Amino acid sequence: MNEDVYMLGIETSCDETAAAVVKNGREALSNVVASQMESHRRFGGVVPEIASRHHVEQITLVIEEAMQQAGVSFADLDAVAVTAGPGLVGALLVGVNAAKALAFAHGLPLIGVHHIAGHIYANQLVTEMKFPLLALVVSGGHTELVFMKEHGNFVVIGETRDDAAGEAYDKVARALGLPYPGGPHIDRLAHEGEPVMDLPRAWLEEGSYDFSFSGLKSAVLNALHNAKQRGEEIDPRQMAASFQASVIDVLVTKTAQAAKEYGVRQVLLAGGVAANRGLRAALQEKMKELPDVELVIPPLSLCTDNAAMIAVAGTVLYQQGKRADLALNANPSLPLV
Amino acid sequence: MKVLGIDTSNMPLGIALVDGDVVKGEFITNVKKDHSSRAMPAIELLLRRCDVAPKDLDLIVVAKGPGSYTGVRIGVTIAKTLAWSLGIPIAGVSSLEVLAANGRYFPGVIVPLFDARRGQIYTGLYRYEGGALRCLEEDRIVAADEWARWLSKQEEDVLFIGADAPLYRDLFRSHLGERVHVAPPSLALPRPSELVMLGKQKERENAHLFVPNYLRLAEAEVKWLAKQKGEQNDGDQCSISANDHS
Repeated sequence: MNEDVYMLGIETSCDETAAAVVKNGREALSNVVASQMESHRRFGGVVPEIASRHHVEQITLVIEEAMQQAGVSFADLDAVAVTAGPGLVGALLVGVNAAKALAFAHGLPLIGVHHIAGHIYANQLVTEMKFPLLALVVSGGHTELVFMKEHGNFVVIGETRDDAAGEAYDKVARALGLPYPGGPHIDRLAHEGEPVMDLPRAWLEEGSYDFSFSGLKSAVLNALHNAKQRGEEIDPRQMAASFQASVIDVLVTKTAQAAKEYGVRQVLLAGGVAANRGLRAALQEKMKELPDVELVIPPLSLCTDNAAMIAVAGTVLYQQGKRADLALNANPSLPLV
Repeated sequence: MKVLGIDTSNMPLGIALVDGDVVKGEFITNVKKDHSSRAMPAIELLLRRCDVAPKDLDLIVVAKGPGSYTGVRIGVTIAKTLAWSLGIPIAGVSSLEVLAANGRYFPGVIVPLFDARRGQIYTGLYRYEGGALRCLEEDRIVAADEWARWLSKQEEDVLFIGADAPLYRDLFRSHLGERVHVAPPSLALPRPSELVMLGKQKERENAHLFVPNYLRLAEAEVKWLAKQKGEQNDGDQCSISANDHS
């Protein structure tokens, strides 16, 4: 690549309206995120219709802000990349149609990006990606182990069979009476308690890299329920610590196993749950067993949903000659291929 | 002045290009397919056939609802993004007003309607006066039988317009008898060229601040508000008006 590539990224798959400009797939010139968390808090979770309404209100403002911060005009852009899925369909549609309108109005190539590919490629804003690599993607909607032998080549070697890890966090948090979103609260409480309770770990069948968190979630809810019936009180700190220990044990053990089996050079952490201190620390500790494998954990602002990661993944696809046309649609269950 | 009109607020997809007083082209389909994958290709096709580039446009007019929430959002998102990024103004027109425009030359009052499910309709009351369309009763979501009872109190002939109007023919007949007229299929779809003509008369709006007129709150919000009120009123029942006649 001799010429610089300026990519506008747009992301509206859930409750963040986001736009960013990334240069050469490595440098975020801007990364604007308008969060709707306050608006959804009163409902205890993201309400799809309300998320979609907020996206329409915010979309052009956020894109303009991203372009102004980056100091670029439409004439400077090489292409527009947008999250095409997976996610909430009504929310995705706003970003997809805004991106198509921009591409058409300014004669720019259009690139459809997979949300998880974006999360993985957020790491390219931190360091060079070295293949083959393994990405552990953990968020409110996803828990996946993705093997990449080269750019743009994704093989999902493990995924959750029921709840995503972040989902289990939110449900357990609610049962403990913690405010939405619950993940950070559990992480905080877990550090004040000890994992003294024996909670299940779903290893599944031998050699499987899949995950399952619904049994763990049920065990927590049952324990809380039974204690209440007996008039006993469970220390939420002990429960948070025990729950978190169980989740992290499975995530970290399977990640290390897969890293070994697939002979990867790098392990990347991606997704909103990557902000979890317990997970970061445990993964760092475990990966000491594999000194030849580099562990990359991006900063928090690149772990949660953002558009810079979409622009990075879009740049890779752009350089591979991949293009979407104006019939590009949102696909809430878009497969990662 | 070149004006692009976009209507994806209900099942029909309508795109029009008007240059000055000349309707250059219209694209209308009435099929149950998603607007998201079809609206932009339709816009591109129409402009290309009319030899107009996006940068030649002077104004974007969009049907801002009521209708399918998702449908309205697709049209409004495209319209406001085009307007903002091309540096041109945007104007919005009620989706019901566009439909009412098909009643030109009808000597009574005009009732456009879209089915809103569960016996409810999006509707309003309009009349042509001196060649201009006037709104007599603002757009609303209302139970069809309640609307029929209300309409039966006034004495003029009524023209019902909309692809969903035949569904309610018998109901309206039972209240209004022979004063009921239902527009034929060729007049039952909103015309995007009428959208543009109406939009040219409307106030120009800031694209950044432009939002759909959903006519009702999201269901979760209605429930949340009801719960808040319920707690305040100590359990008293109350109704929530979600109408936002902007």
